[in-house]
Amino acid sequence: MYKLSNFLLACVLALSVNAQENAGLKLPTGFSATLFADQIGTARHIAINDKGILFAKLNNVNKAGQSIVRMEDVNGDGIAEKISGWGKYGGTGIFIKGNQLYASSDDAVYLYQLDANGEVTNPTAPKTIIQNLHSRRQHASKSITLDPQGNIYVNIGAYSNACQEKDRSVGSKGMMPCPILDSAGGIWKFDGSKENQSYAQGKRYATGLRNVIGLDWNNKTNSLFVTQHGRDQLNTFYPTMYTDAQNADLPAETMYEMKEGDDAGWPYVYYDPFQKKKILSPEYGGDGKLEGGKNALDPLVAFPAHMAPMALLFYKGNQFPAKYKEGAFIAFHGSWNRAPLPQEGYFVAFVPFKNGKPSGEWEIFANGFAGADNNKSPRGAKARPCGLAEGPDGSLYVSDDSKGAIFKISFNK
Amino acid sequence: MQFKIVSLVVVALFYCVQANAQNMQKGKKIYETRCLACHQADGGGVPNMNAPLDAASNVVGKDIARLVRIIRYGYNERIALDGFYYSNAMTANPDLKDNELADLLTYIRNSWSNKASAITIAQVQAAKKKK
Ligand code: HEC
Repeated sequence: MYKLSNFLLACVLALSVNAQENAGLKLPTGFSATLFADQIGTARHIAINDKGILFAKLNNVNKAGQSIVRMEDVNGDGIAEKISGWGKYGGTGIFIKGNQLYASSDDAVYLYQLDANGEVTNPTAPKTIIQNLHSRRQHASKSITLDPQGNIYVNIGAYSNACQEKDRSVGSKGMMPCPILDSAGGIWKFDGSKENQSYAQGKRYATGLRNVIGLDWNNKTNSLFVTQHGRDQLNTFYPTMYTDAQNADLPAETMYEMKEGDDAGWPYVYYDPFQKKKILSPEYGGDGKLEGGKNALDPLVAFPAHMAPMALLFYKGNQFPAKYKEGAFIAFHGSWNRAPLPQEGYFVAFVPFKNGKPSGEWEIFANGFAGADNNKSPRGAKARPCGLAEGPDGSLYVSDDSKGAIFKISFNK
Repeated sequence: MQFKIVSLVVVALFYCVQANAQNMQKGKKIYETRCLACHQADGGGVPNMNAPLDAASNVVGKDIARLVRIIRYGYNERIALDGFYYSNAMTANPDLKDNELADLLTYIRNSWSNKASAITIAQVQAAKKKK
């Protein structure tokens, strides 16, 4: 009897150790993962300094009273032992440039100074770089990135689904022109070093973007790349035009290279990845086939609908095999608007790039975040990928904003 | 005599349960066409975005007037629900009739892990008068 129970215990232990292999993730051959941190709070975007200290911006202040969490792996075992934090405001954006750390709330961007040891010197007294941006519930998070000249690019998401007169209502027409676009639905550019800027000091850099959460500066092309969240609910508002199954696949989530003045077409058009066309939105008289957006960009990459691209990162390191160099990693949060069909996403995808252009199909890089036996309901997902950061050694970090896990993915030479 | 009363009670109970099952079925239909997209098949909503109806204290609570108001006029406020905030804008349903509102409320109050009293047409009408 005693032996049997011992044996069972050993089995259970073996199983639970097994379940922890690669922190539960499915990765390509040769890669491994550790659970770098867990339960830190609603970890949105992440940034890492040249000492390998990782910082996460939380969407809500956590139980420890922090909204920016600092994590350090002192002994190099892939798990952060030293965890601390500060900050009293929720938000999404965080970015490190040299010894400066930028973090955003839903209406402002703050700047912290890092000392020679990579420690923040002014946690309670950051400089306010940008303030009073629209934060109107929907798509309020402010993602940020900087270019080499020190300009900061901020996403100001549209506070609407499709710019209807009455948002998300059956039969309500699209407003023409869409009045939201003057102050949201695009990327704004500011000076990364000036204090107290707002709309008047910034400039609308690119427009026609419903909501961008993932964005990154590409040093090869010297230009801004973004991933857009496409519109929702074609089937609920136009049930005679779109079936549930069609809504589950329309429109594509899209990646664009945005130069100054570019327009991606929201709300007037959406991108149909099957017809490979920009289709006029039904709120603006479309029927699922009529084309529109003559002057709007075509996407560089079209991903399946509703999967919600949360972060975009161009890989600069040398740790991963050659095919990953200069390619794009995209963290997908996982869908909700594919219901009643099963939800999809909850993974990190990869798009190979050559000479600044996608050079092949996108593929799943890291999967299994939702949990092995999960029905993929948004609430039931174990983890929802949100932020990405590349460590000084070329490892890739992925944050989860539901339970607050940080995964570290490395290639084993 | 005794037998008659018992069978009457049985028949009455049967009708109650029956009506309830029918109301649940009708409520489910409305839920699937108007609510499921956001609140999901499991009633769990979408974290940070669409509030859950399953295990939500307000949904199984006593303030029926508030529930009727939210469903009729939509809901888009910065307010914590069981400690969490949700960013999406909920669609209004001004065209739902009193019996449909009753069935829908009965359904969301008695689905997933929720267990609360069924809602009658009279309760919906009383709730509407409160506003
Ligand atoms: C477009 C998405 C959407 C649709 C469709 C939708 N809801 Fe909601 N619902 C929400 C959001 C978002 C909230 C939270 C709003 C807030 O915080 O202001 C909410 C809140 C609620 C609440 C309040 C929950 C609480 O804890 O107090 C109830 C009840 C509710 N919805 C019921 C319904 C019903 C019934 C339907 C179908 C007739 C429906 N909703 C359709 C998005 C939606």
